[in-house]
Amino acid sequence: MNGTTALRIENVTKSFDQRSTRIPVLNSVSFELQAGTWTTVLGPSGCGKTTLLKIIAGLETPDSGRVLVDGSAASQLGATAYLPQHDTLLPWRTALGNAILASEIDGRSKDEAKREAMALFDHFGLSGFESMVPSQLSGGMRQRLALIRTFLTQRSILLLDEPLGALDPLTRATLQKWLLGVWDELKKTVLLVTHDAEEALLLSDRILVLTERPAQLQLDQGVQLERPRDRGSRALVDQKSQLLELLLKEGAIT
Amino acid sequence: MKDRWARILAPVLLLLFLVGTWEVLVRWFHVQPFILPAPSQILIAFGDNFALLSWHGAITLSEILLGLLLGGLGGFLLAIAVFYSPLLDKALYPLIIGSQMIPVFAIAPILIVWMGYGLWPKVTVAALISFFPLVVNVSDGLREPSEPAVDLFRSMGATRSQIFWKLRLPASMPTLFSGLKVSATLAVVGATIGEWVGSRRGLGYLMLQSNARLRMNLVFAAILMLSILGLLLFGVLRIIERRVVHWRAAKADAGEV
Ligand SMILES: Nc1ncnc2c1ncn2[C@@H]1O[C@H](COP(=O)(O)OP(=O)(O)OP(=O)(O)O)[C@@H](O)[C@H]1O
Ligand SMILES: [Mg+2]
Repeated sequence: MNGTTALRIENVTKSFDQRSTRIPVLNSVSFELQAGTWTTVLGPSGCGKTTLLKIIAGLETPDSGRVLVDGSAASQLGATAYLPQHDTLLPWRTALGNAILASEIDGRSKDEAKREAMALFDHFGLSGFESMVPSQLSGGMRQRLALIRTFLTQRSILLLDEPLGALDPLTRATLQKWLLGVWDELKKTVLLVTHDAEEALLLSDRILVLTERPAQLQLDQGVQLERPRDRGSRALVDQKSQLLELLLKEGAIT
Repeated sequence: MKDRWARILAPVLLLLFLVGTWEVLVRWFHVQPFILPAPSQILIAFGDNFALLSWHGAITLSEILLGLLLGGLGGFLLAIAVFYSPLLDKALYPLIIGSQMIPVFAIAPILIVWMGYGLWPKVTVAALISFFPLVVNVSDGLREPSEPAVDLFRSMGATRSQIFWKLRLPASMPTLFSGLKVSATLAVVGATIGEWVGSRRGLGYLMLQSNARLRMNLVFAAILMLSILGLLLFGVLRIIERRVVHWRAAKADAGEV
């Protein structure tokens, strides 16, 4: 890629107070993301992946260390496009209204946002569902809508917290393909959190593996596989079993 | 569709059955009309005195509506203030709860002394009694959005006021309307109490007057009129609710008042 640094995490450390104890969650995590690349974070359940994304989005402040977006240490609120782990579609808004939320927050033109949204609805196979409310959509459709909303946030860095987590394997595979297609077209910098080693290998340029809590960077590895990738290919299957081994050694993979 | 008919038909049939039983019993035991009039006599009294009942009803209705408006608006604004100011929350919430322990019957006479026999003491009683459900329900509603939803807005760089208008306020609409429906019923009670304690017009006044003159069928006709007003108000609120809380309309149709 072009090699400019889009995001820089420096020695980020974080702990939380729970009842009377203080539990360390992130232990001096550092890495850089190159603009336009796809990086995936893998790690055991509860190790601090969501916490890491929230710190990058500016929603939590680290105890020490810092986050630089495009070289600036100013508050990251509003600087990234964040897709939370849990469903956050607004039940009173139509699909289209949900998709263009960020443009409203930014005070951008609604018409233009709607035009852009329509193109993405088309790409994600949601055409014709623009005026439905979320409760009328299936789980897979809601997830696609949440992704569309994230893309339409118009930030160059996307933080995706297990966006395909709760889907059946078939929907998941289709969405992975769609996601790659959009990413290829829009040239965003993506940081994806997932539990799924195969997903990580299919999608990313680079994989970061975290240890159990308190999370530290355990592995930082480029993915040397030709795109488009095939989940059945020998190289991918081999790398997947290596990753699984690493994660299993850590204990709790779910 | 079948469900809908059952929902309308079932209560109507039950009501007809109860009223029929009442009618039969009154006739069977020759109960004196000044003790308990038969439903047919009440209906006749209702028809005969319709103009009178409407005139007093309009006054009571205006007290109810004004009381609900003021109490509702007050409760709504108070809930927002308490939500955004932790200090106000700590200072006010116990007082608001405590104020509900004071029976309205006890303050109605005081209000009459302060405000006279006109419209305002009744409006005040109705407002005082109807603001509480709204405070509680709107407070809950504003807290409704999940942490991830608030995070999403903040990550987009939303201001506090954007989070209020685009997230918290719409999220509070379902509970706001639940509260409003309770408040409406209470406002009817409040206005009537206000009229009982001291007034020269309104359905409450008409009830007391007719009661004193043993015109029991007119008392019941006034009660009927009051119930009709209450039901109308409730119905209008439900129609507005379905418009505003349109995303829940499908669920509301399936049951739940
Ligand atoms: N606001 C908070 N207050 C206290 N503890 C917290 C808070 N947020 C997270 N934690 C704790 O930090 C740890 C890491 O949580 P986090 O949600 O980041 O894990 P995760 O890796 O995303 O897990 P999962 O894979 O299940 O999504 C957990 O033990 C959690 O209980
Ligand atoms: Mg998580």
